[in-house]
Amino acid sequence: MSNIEVSGLNVYYEKGTSHALKEVNIEIETNKITALIGPSGCGKTTFLRALNRMNEVNEVMTKGKVIIDGKDIYNGGVDVIQLRKKVGMVFQQPNPFPMSIYDNVAYGPRIHGTRNKKLDTIVEESLKKAALWDEVHDRLGESALKFSGGQQQRLCIARALAVNPEIILFDEPCSALDPISTSRVEDLLRELKKDYTIVIVTHNMQQAARVSDFTAFFLLGEVIECGKTTQIFEKPRDKRTEDYVTGRFG
Amino acid sequence: MNFLERVRTCRYKRIDSKTAEKIVEKLLFIATLSSTLIVFFIIGFMFKEGIPALALGWDFFFGMIWRPPHNQYGIVPLVVCTFIVGIGALVLAAVIGIPAAIFLAEYAPTWLRNIIKPCVEMLVGIPSIVLGFFGLIVIVTFIRDSFGGYGECILAGWVILAIMTLPHVISISEDSIRAVPKAYKESSLALGATQLQTIKKVILPNARSGILAAMVLGMGNAIGETMAVLMVIGNPEIPFIPSSILDPVRVLTSTIVIEIPYAVWGSMHQHALFALGVVLFIVVAILNAITTAVMKRGEMGGGR
Repeated sequence: MSNIEVSGLNVYYEKGTSHALKEVNIEIETNKITALIGPSGCGKTTFLRALNRMNEVNEVMTKGKVIIDGKDIYNGGVDVIQLRKKVGMVFQQPNPFPMSIYDNVAYGPRIHGTRNKKLDTIVEESLKKAALWDEVHDRLGESALKFSGGQQQRLCIARALAVNPEIILFDEPCSALDPISTSRVEDLLRELKKDYTIVIVTHNMQQAARVSDFTAFFLLGEVIECGKTTQIFEKPRDKRTEDYVTGRFG
Repeated sequence: MNFLERVRTCRYKRIDSKTAEKIVEKLLFIATLSSTLIVFFIIGFMFKEGIPALALGWDFFFGMIWRPPHNQYGIVPLVVCTFIVGIGALVLAAVIGIPAAIFLAEYAPTWLRNIIKPCVEMLVGIPSIVLGFFGLIVIVTFIRDSFGGYGECILAGWVILAIMTLPHVISISEDSIRAVPKAYKESSLALGATQLQTIKKVILPNARSGILAAMVLGMGNAIGETMAVLMVIGNPEIPFIPSSILDPVRVLTSTIVIEIPYAVWGSMHQHALFALGVVLFIVVAILNAITTAVMKRGEMGGGR
């Protein structure tokens, strides 16, 4: 069981000239969905990517503590490979590899050394958990790029599930999807939270209100307010949160 | 009066600018046409001059002996040597160039890349005669001193051609590695893959067609290259199929250059040299067509 404690997190882009996250302190609860909301450029995606150290792909500087399972992931002792196995990620654009459905799901387990029979089981279970099995079970060998955006996104979820993570980060997973696909992904999120801790960045406030248990509101790199979703949306403590959730800006 | 005058100049001007437009368009068309015509003219001329030799048919295309004084014009040894030199050079260039491209695209920090890239591109700017001279003095001597033989040999040709092809192989391969969508790379890393695994399993398979195109293009360059190769491969009196990489060889291009002065005007020898040009042209054209096809297939989505 994982919970995430973030304290004093600062992220700088471009060699320190741009301060993307300022002294962020949040606790994320196990087996709950935490939504990160806020206007574009407020740092919510940067925060999300700080949780599995994906910011390191670009040249950024990170300070502060992100404690997952009692270990600070920015403390030298943590292996980034193990971390990313534990903290899965689903991106904004459905981005399956240009391979078959099977190979996409099997990608993660394969690089971590799983072979043969066991792989079939993992692929099937992951696709079932991602509510995609019924649609693709007889087309596993076909290229993932032939499927619809919604199916591709669920495939990406299955791919993330296949390495058996504890936490899954979603970076605006529905922003490229139509309403029907969106609602299927949302149903899936509710289902998944029984087994996983979920953090989701969303532009869509209704979506945050619909699926999340907790919400954090980001503005200009700071967390303005965070708490139960019902409280954030119904009785926001901060004026700026209220303005944002009622649609006065953003 | 004043008004009428203005109308007149106005109309005059408009007609004038319309005519000018038409003239310019025609001129541009003529410029385009002439460059195309030149190509067809050259091809036509080459074929016309080459036909008497090409008409020898089997004896020309599959003849094993090239000895013009005895009226023997078999191109097999020349073609074989051309491919041996071209392919070997390409393999050498690939062995160095592809890893270099991977390093530049995936590992090198920006500042280092900014130093290395211009250096690599500078290689293109070295005139081939200079490279050939360098090859003759340095590489040939080195080979002679360390491995024996004449020094002027296949190996020297490989090294020189590899140096000449390297910048193309590096820059096209690097471009195609960079063209792999960042999303693939990130999702692979996010699944806990190492950078090496990501390169091996996601980036290289997706950059494959571009890298392949770089290879084929490099091959075309290597086969068509004349000066530098000519200076280092030895060019024996009678071309033969080599048995060792230290053997001197003759390729299509070097044969044309060497024998032109001796070919009597209008003789079969001269026709045969033109026919060599035709063969060279066709080989390079096929390689270029393959490059284009491979590139196009890569662009149309890497779906496999």
